[in-house]
Amino acid sequence: MATLLVRGGRVVDPSQGIDRIDDVLVRDGLVVAVGHSGTQPVGRVDETIDAAGLVVTPGLVDMHVHLREPGREEDETIETGTRAALAGGFTSVACIPNTEPPIDTQAAVEFIHQKAARADTCNVFVVACASRGREGKELAEIGQLVEAGAVAFSDDGSPVHDAELMRRIFEYCRMFDKPFLAHEEVLELTAGGVMHEGLVSLVLGLNGMPAAGEEVMIGRDIALAEVTDGRLHVMHVSTAGGVALIRAAKARGSRVTAEACPHHFTLTDESLRGFDANFKMSPPLRTAADIDAIIAGLMDGTIDCIATDHAPHAREKKMLELDRAPFGILGLETAVGLAVTRLVEPGRIGWPRLVEAMSTLPARILGINRGTLRPGALADITLIDPALTWRVDAAAFASKSVNSPFHGWTLQGRAVATIVAGRVKYRLGRG
Amino acid sequence: MAAATFDQETVPSPWTHRNLLDLERLTPGEIRLLLDTAALFKEATAGCRRKLSVLAGTTVVTLFFENSTRTRTSFSLAARRLGADVIDFSASGSSLSKGESFIDTARNLEAMGIDAVVVRHATPGTPHLLAQHLSVGVINAGDGPHEHPTQGLLDIFSIRERLGDLAGVTVGLVGDIAHSRTARSNLWGLVKLGAKVILCGPPTLVSERWRELGVEVSHDLDAIVPRCDVLNLLRIQFERQNTRPFPSVREYAHLYAMTRERLKRAKKDLLILAPGPINRGVEVTAEVADCPQSLILDQVTNGLAVRMGVLWLTCGPRDAVFPAGEPS
Repeated sequence: MATLLVRGGRVVDPSQGIDRIDDVLVRDGLVVAVGHSGTQPVGRVDETIDAAGLVVTPGLVDMHVHLREPGREEDETIETGTRAALAGGFTSVACIPNTEPPIDTQAAVEFIHQKAARADTCNVFVVACASRGREGKELAEIGQLVEAGAVAFSDDGSPVHDAELMRRIFEYCRMFDKPFLAHEEVLELTAGGVMHEGLVSLVLGLNGMPAAGEEVMIGRDIALAEVTDGRLHVMHVSTAGGVALIRAAKARGSRVTAEACPHHFTLTDESLRGFDANFKMSPPLRTAADIDAIIAGLMDGTIDCIATDHAPHAREKKMLELDRAPFGILGLETAVGLAVTRLVEPGRIGWPRLVEAMSTLPARILGINRGTLRPGALADITLIDPALTWRVDAAAFASKSVNSPFHGWTLQGRAVATIVAGRVKYRLGRG
Repeated sequence: MAAATFDQETVPSPWTHRNLLDLERLTPGEIRLLLDTAALFKEATAGCRRKLSVLAGTTVVTLFFENSTRTRTSFSLAARRLGADVIDFSASGSSLSKGESFIDTARNLEAMGIDAVVVRHATPGTPHLLAQHLSVGVINAGDGPHEHPTQGLLDIFSIRERLGDLAGVTVGLVGDIAHSRTARSNLWGLVKLGAKVILCGPPTLVSERWRELGVEVSHDLDAIVPRCDVLNLLRIQFERQNTRPFPSVREYAHLYAMTRERLKRAKKDLLILAPGPINRGVEVTAEVADCPQSLILDQVTNGLAVRMGVLWLTCGPRDAVFPAGEPS
């Protein structure tokens, strides 16, 4: 097979402690080495990519993506969603099982794998339901699902309301060393809510979702994870209180990990003043103090990774009244730009930490053999232009939907090439 | 029926909006202009009884996605008093029940050549979204618990008629602040005109967060009654509450109903307002509702005047022509 040389970029691979200008040599879909090609013979090279001025990272991993298929193909399909992933620099996504039907059988997992193989885009890892039918009543056949290839379990979209079932999920998943990805919400506290509960919701007369609705559930799940030695991964942390709970749990040595979404370190509840449903998501946009806490959590590692919670909805669904429009926001194609613009450029985190948050750690949490450029690893590689400023145009997205509140924004930093198993799957400007 | 007094006088209008969506985003000058215009129409129509023809040829649609009798009637009558044609469009019986989006419904009406939409909807912000999608004027007749700008204006109009300038006047808004669009519109209008606002009710209905806007929050009606010049008694919106914010109507009335006993401890010339419909015995006892200081019926008449003013400013000719008199 082919030999590919990515030459002269700034190679950032936290899994090996690498951050230097160097070359990456790929042969037959595997990384041969990160090393200076000028000083050692590389043999015949079929394709060379000049990466001067670019950041070269192990392929980005988004562990929280809603691909909508099966059942909601009007919003997104596995093919369009994974094309959006490639355009955003992601070589791997973990898809969340709140589809119709939900992914809670081996056949359903197999369906996703086959669709992904047919799309031949990026890697798709399957997160399966923790409870049968995602109903929160009894355990899904977790062992069978692991055999089919599920990498993690989640009822995302909904919390596991029943504390006893939650405990059983932690205990049972421990047998397979799989994490439970938790959507933390006390539904009684958020019933009818469309936005963060605060002064803005009060003034707008919109039903609020209090921060406590998230924090109470994070607290419960940390306690249950600790008592069972289970693996809790807190999805889309949005509150300062949630960050504090996770920080304290980590300090105690709990097996807790967490992710934050770009919109939660970028936008506040003030955005709802225009009543635009593109700003409606769950958990909701919070306050400036929450943004500060999330950024601090990403800086000190309390929050392990950045995930998008990419949640496409067809245009007509978001044109409804705010309380009838669904929760959700696109994320795949703006994540790198927002992370660079909001975190790296202002000097809050460096490139190694960013790559750790978007590749190394999500791969580690999911237990997948990605997120590294070690010799012999599958050659998933992302090339990012850290200086490129670009205007977000939702109409030009690869995603099937356009529900991005960042449409029209100018961002800095963008993936310019995405390589999956040694094959260039996306190049900016070339589709 | 022609206007008796209608001296054509061109007044440069500082009113620049096609819409009236809320009072929060208006300037004090714009609110005064709305009130002054309403006063002119009240006078020109001899207390809202006579008909003018200043909006002849204009078609106004009342697009109500939520039930209403008095507000809709008031808007319809106000539009007719100005000579406009009025079409009433209700959500029930239309394609809305067939799944058409509210924006499509409004666009269809717009395509019929109407000039303004008066919209009521249970969801906050719906008039704002319509205004983004339509090129005709949009007037908010109540968007969920968010705002009800003409109700706020008519309450303030009624107070101003009795007390003059609102600066320094203390107004207590009592009751279900959480779910009250009337409270929010009153709050913005009153604060912008320099009044002191006290929000009063149980903590389950009156958030402490309101203090961040510089208004006073109280949970003790007896404590604030002696300090108020005006009390606006807001209806308990049972239909908008997820869970009951107080143990019983009896207990609520015990703590927050405006009774004769409480009236005794008030300033002698305290004004009582209550946006209809009132729950007699819950927010206010019958004897207080019908007492001489009650402006409840004034509010209804003034509602017409305010809505005439609003319709005229939003969909009247741009080279504004006022009826007799000048705005103060």
